[in-house]
Amino acid sequence: MKRLTALFLAVVMVFCLAACSSSNSGSSAGKDADKAPAFKVGCILVGDETEGYTKAHIDGIEAAKKALNLSDDQIVYRYFVEESSACYDTAVELINSNKCNLILSNSYGHQDFMAQAAKEFPDVTFIAMTGDFAAISGNANMKNAFTEVYESRYVSGVVAGMKIKELVDAGKLTDKNYTADGKVKVGYVGAFNYAEVVSGYTAFYLGLTSVYPDAAMTVDYTSSWFSVDKEAAMAEQFIADGCVIIGQHADSTGAPSACQKAWENGTVVYSVGYNVDMLNVAPDAALTSAANNWAVYYTYAFKAAMNGETIKTDWAEGYDQDAVHITPLGKSVAPGTQEKVDEVINGLKNGSVKVFDVSTFTLDPSVQWCACEVDASGHLTSCKEDMSYFDYSTGAPQLVYQGETYEVIENGAFAESKFRSAPYFNLRIDGITELG
Amino acid sequence: MGESVKYAVKEPLVHITRRTDIRSWKAWLIRVASVVLALIVNALFIYSVTGLDPVKVYTVMIQGTFQSTYNFLTSMRDVALLLCIAIALAPAFKMRFWNIGAEGQVLMGGLATALVMIYLGNAMPPWLLMVTMFAASIAAGALWAVIPAIFKAKWKTNETLFTLMMNYIAINIVDCLTNIWRGSKSSMGQINANTQAGWFPRLLGYRFTINIIIVLVLTVVMYIYLKYTKDGYEIAVIGESENTARYAGINVKRAIVRTLLISGAICGLAGCITVAGKNQTISVNTAGGYGFTAIIVAWLAKFNTFYMMLIAFILIVLEKGAIQIASAYTLLNDYAADIITGVILFFILGSEFFINYRVVFRARRDREEEQA
Repeated sequence: MKRLTALFLAVVMVFCLAACSSSNSGSSAGKDADKAPAFKVGCILVGDETEGYTKAHIDGIEAAKKALNLSDDQIVYRYFVEESSACYDTAVELINSNKCNLILSNSYGHQDFMAQAAKEFPDVTFIAMTGDFAAISGNANMKNAFTEVYESRYVSGVVAGMKIKELVDAGKLTDKNYTADGKVKVGYVGAFNYAEVVSGYTAFYLGLTSVYPDAAMTVDYTSSWFSVDKEAAMAEQFIADGCVIIGQHADSTGAPSACQKAWENGTVVYSVGYNVDMLNVAPDAALTSAANNWAVYYTYAFKAAMNGETIKTDWAEGYDQDAVHITPLGKSVAPGTQEKVDEVINGLKNGSVKVFDVSTFTLDPSVQWCACEVDASGHLTSCKEDMSYFDYSTGAPQLVYQGETYEVIENGAFAESKFRSAPYFNLRIDGITELG
Repeated sequence: MGESVKYAVKEPLVHITRRTDIRSWKAWLIRVASVVLALIVNALFIYSVTGLDPVKVYTVMIQGTFQSTYNFLTSMRDVALLLCIAIALAPAFKMRFWNIGAEGQVLMGGLATALVMIYLGNAMPPWLLMVTMFAASIAAGALWAVIPAIFKAKWKTNETLFTLMMNYIAINIVDCLTNIWRGSKSSMGQINANTQAGWFPRLLGYRFTINIIIVLVLTVVMYIYLKYTKDGYEIAVIGESENTARYAGINVKRAIVRTLLISGAICGLAGCITVAGKNQTISVNTAGGYGFTAIIVAWLAKFNTFYMMLIAFILIVLEKGAIQIASAYTLLNDYAADIITGVILFFILGSEFFINYRVVFRARRDREEEQA
């Protein structure tokens, strides 16, 4: 009995090896897809609806589905797909077994594995959301997309600036809330120290200082996209140091909850969130949140794919297409905030307001800024951004995909997300202190 | 006299006795019955919570592995990985050395492979690179396992806690290094994406074919090692009773260190085939919890490596099924799928209790005694 079972199992394993060879010739299953041209989307998601970042994507996909009258079986979801070969496996499975002809992934780390699949299935379109090398990878069927969320961060910064101005005018702040040189303290809970976050907090700070210039912001990193405990602990630290506003680029409600708790204990502190409305966890302390409208992109991409049109390789839109927004203002915002917000959004739409206007910020002229030139007063005059994709693991960057180099200072502003959808503003401007 | 004693002592309603002579068909009947019971309990759960047709849900679950050739092959690849770690754990657990540190040993093996791929990838010919990767991963896994083994042998430290803690050290080392390797990107992506140095070559169309071959060989070798060698016999004796082993002249300390070197080395190898043959990258999730799941595999199969194949296969079918139903039904998310697989596992584990022990109720025992 024992031997029989064992023998049977050994045979199964050997059969599997034999099946490997036979399926090699049969892996053209993906090509059979042109027999069934029905439009079908496979969604590879890093989390599920219980996690804010992925929920925002699901909401966007569902909205696009509704707008385009797609049926339930035209959208296939795969949740909690790791940023490993699991992503590649899932893509192959979605194409072979589910006959999907558009595959999208929502996390940056999926990108390499999407590229691997894109090479093998040239007839299928692959969208690596937030990715950065589709244009230079040599796979015409690979796409990237990102919203210009720095615009909504700028607007959320304006809301914070209005609040600081109100507090200062009313004399509500104490010595603890000012730095030694008299600037109001602001804290920012970041996830990681790369361009997406740097671009975001800089935009937030510039929005804030456009209303109240005398502010000093401190940024720290949790090294995690989602950690209620770490984000709350960091916010508490900032609050203890006297920060009046706590901004964030991390996905949990940890920081707003900490602000609400401090607010209830009589501390003057307000929160600006990210991705989702924070008013349910911080009804008094939350001012607003910067957020994305992924539905705008998904509707565009699905529609283009259905009509057989080519999807843009690098898609990045902001207020102009309503691809970004701020969530409804909380009851604690300063009077006149809504009017100011509308005015700034109008400015962003008609081009009279530029987020990274080089006249509004300075860099330390004594630092050798790689690829960028700074004049004696600290203003940027030129920046040559190389869009190549590198492998940094050995220490020295090794070229993986060659990209072009662009002058990104255009008409007096740093042109973020213009030459590639993924953010590339990676400079440390004056007024912001980075910890960690 | 005897009568009065019998009535004076209040006997428990249920009495449990150990049984050693259960027939093979009876044991399998109990196992099959437990799975059937689990499916019924799950059906009640599925229907009462979601109102979905349980039979349909089970069909979808099975599709996770059998929907397509590709699904089946990747499942086999994962079976091989889980089996590899279970093979590594078998000698340690058979010796009653509770090696809870497979997760960390696999990670360290994977890390050693990644280090070789990154820093020596372009410095040597492919065959030498492969040999170096294997050697480095085996050494790293063995090192991670032998440290708690030496402490256990010399100073009688608790190996369960020690090996468990070693996992967290390994996870943090990997976290730290991957954070350096990603540079200014938000994740490191594939290792040597441009040169593919150190990636297993495709055999019969897939890189993981090599994984499956390695694990098949290991299955046979470990079976022979445990059953027919002197070392294997020593492991069995120590597992039954350390004092007996010592009385028989077995050097227990040496056996502990030797066995854990083997256990760790195979875990390290599992890390190597995960990184080079499957993921081509490394992260804290590289071991994917298999280091813990493999304990169930080794234990349920009673350290018979061929039975381990079956158990590993069942667990992977459950895992793939859980992913499949979470994707297919909005009402059954990842957590609900975990409950379903959890119930099945609980019943399978529970069946071992009824195989090893006889449960006798008071009424029945009285009757038996009367008859006697």
